[in-house]
Amino acid sequence: MEKLYRELILDHYRDPRNKGRLDPADISYEDDNPLCGDQIHLDLRLDEDNRVVEVAWDGQGCAISMASASILCEEIQGKTLDELRHLGKDDILGMLGIELGPVRLKCALLSLKVLKAGAYGLTAWPGKEGD
Amino acid sequence: MFNQPAELLDAHTIREDFVALNQEIFPGVPLVYLDSAATSQKPSAVLEAISHYYRRNNANIHRGIHTLAERATQDYENARKKVASFIGAKSSKEIIFVRNATEGINLVAQSWGRSNIGPGDEILLTELEHHSNLVPWQLLAQEKGATIRYLPVDGDCCLDLSQYAGLMNARTKLLAFTGMSNVLGTISPAREMIEMAHAAGALVLVDGAQSVPHMPTDAADLDADFMVFSGHKMCGPTGIGVLYGKRALLEVMPPFLAGGDMVRRVTLQGAEWNDLPWKFEAGTPNIAQAIGLGAAVDYLRAVGMERIAAYEHAIVGYALEALSELKGVTTLGPPAAKRGAAIAFTVDGMHPHDIAELLNREGLAVRAGHHCAMPLHQKLGLPATTRASFYLYNTFDEADKLVVALHKAQKLFGLAGW
Repeated sequence: MEKLYRELILDHYRDPRNKGRLDPADISYEDDNPLCGDQIHLDLRLDEDNRVVEVAWDGQGCAISMASASILCEEIQGKTLDELRHLGKDDILGMLGIELGPVRLKCALLSLKVLKAGAYGLTAWPGKEGD
Repeated sequence: MFNQPAELLDAHTIREDFVALNQEIFPGVPLVYLDSAATSQKPSAVLEAISHYYRRNNANIHRGIHTLAERATQDYENARKKVASFIGAKSSKEIIFVRNATEGINLVAQSWGRSNIGPGDEILLTELEHHSNLVPWQLLAQEKGATIRYLPVDGDCCLDLSQYAGLMNARTKLLAFTGMSNVLGTISPAREMIEMAHAAGALVLVDGAQSVPHMPTDAADLDADFMVFSGHKMCGPTGIGVLYGKRALLEVMPPFLAGGDMVRRVTLQGAEWNDLPWKFEAGTPNIAQAIGLGAAVDYLRAVGMERIAAYEHAIVGYALEALSELKGVTTLGPPAAKRGAAIAFTVDGMHPHDIAELLNREGLAVRAGHHCAMPLHQKLGLPATTRASFYLYNTFDEADKLVVALHKAQKLFGLAGW
């Protein structure tokens, strides 16, 4: 039963890292999934090389969406926007260490979608940019 | 363990007719299907009726002279008669086969609505409504410059009838409401509401998608002007639904979809419409599915809708009681006496997606989300809920399994159980 809810996911859900707001922020964006109420707000501070020096996220939702946001924010710290541009669905699933069906996939990808929209103006769901 | 009173229907025997229930979701984990409000399982008799049509009687209906065509036509029209009798319609001409309840509502909105709703007119809906009994009216109102009002839900999750008289006025042309909420199980006081609407000069459409499958229905006795329901929620196949309409109304309504079969005569200049009910059935219909729905009606009648309603009343009472033992679990909706067997609930600290996922690991099929009722969830202040729904083939020990699985899920998330 617990394969989906590995310790990693439950750990980040119960004890999320980088939760909060940044003010001021260089990039600030939020989005939600109206189908289920998952909601994520992301703030980034960048240095002169467009490297992420500080990140904070806020939101509510299911364990997958919240853990995904927490893990993603740890991952992007210290990387430049150029380096992060290629992040996609498979990277998120790799970070979470699980496979997901189409409904829960959206939960996992919401934080990445917010990052991509805020940083690059890409508003499609990650993985569907070409459609 | 609960011992069912002897006079209740025997779900253990009934479920043997529903072969899809006999499967394991994971090795050693049997299916516990608690999502009948989304769609019901089908008895073998329905599957055989559909299969029989395709194996023996497969032909198009109404026009053919050959034997298969006659058999197919007879079976299709017999299915219509069965449905008419099942809901107390005075004539089978008042039964229009459509794809589902949603299509039935769209038919009324476009055919009756466009000819009868004008600027300044009002349509009264309720806060309980499924999107299918909301959005078609919103579109119509936008198109015609009409206003929609909503009968609110009160603190007991019942419709607040004290507001009803105030919301209905001389400009109200239509009241459309659900016979039973797909989220809260709330049973609407249909007879009362229909009487008051008629007294105010408004017509009434009843969304019977959840009520027709679960309790005895007499549309003519209720004096409903229109009623819709879906075959797939009442042990029938997908792709078939019914619009019931009073004959006098349907006679003067313009067609919905146009084409073959809904015409009597066609020239290059124009067409004459066919009689009821075929005026509203364009093209080759869902023949197999209609026949399947007829078989579903036979099945439900043999069990008895009164017995089904009584059984659901008992099992929902049992389930609500059992769920109330879990700390942190809140069931929504009225008490058992005023509701059907759909139970939406919340669990403190757990999102419906996670709940549904973990219940699935235990073989339980439930639904998570807003259940196509976003305005209701906004009123409840909840972005989403989890919903378990029972039908004639669910046993009391399946309700026990729901409680056990929920408790297990809570423990996994490190939340207080009992």
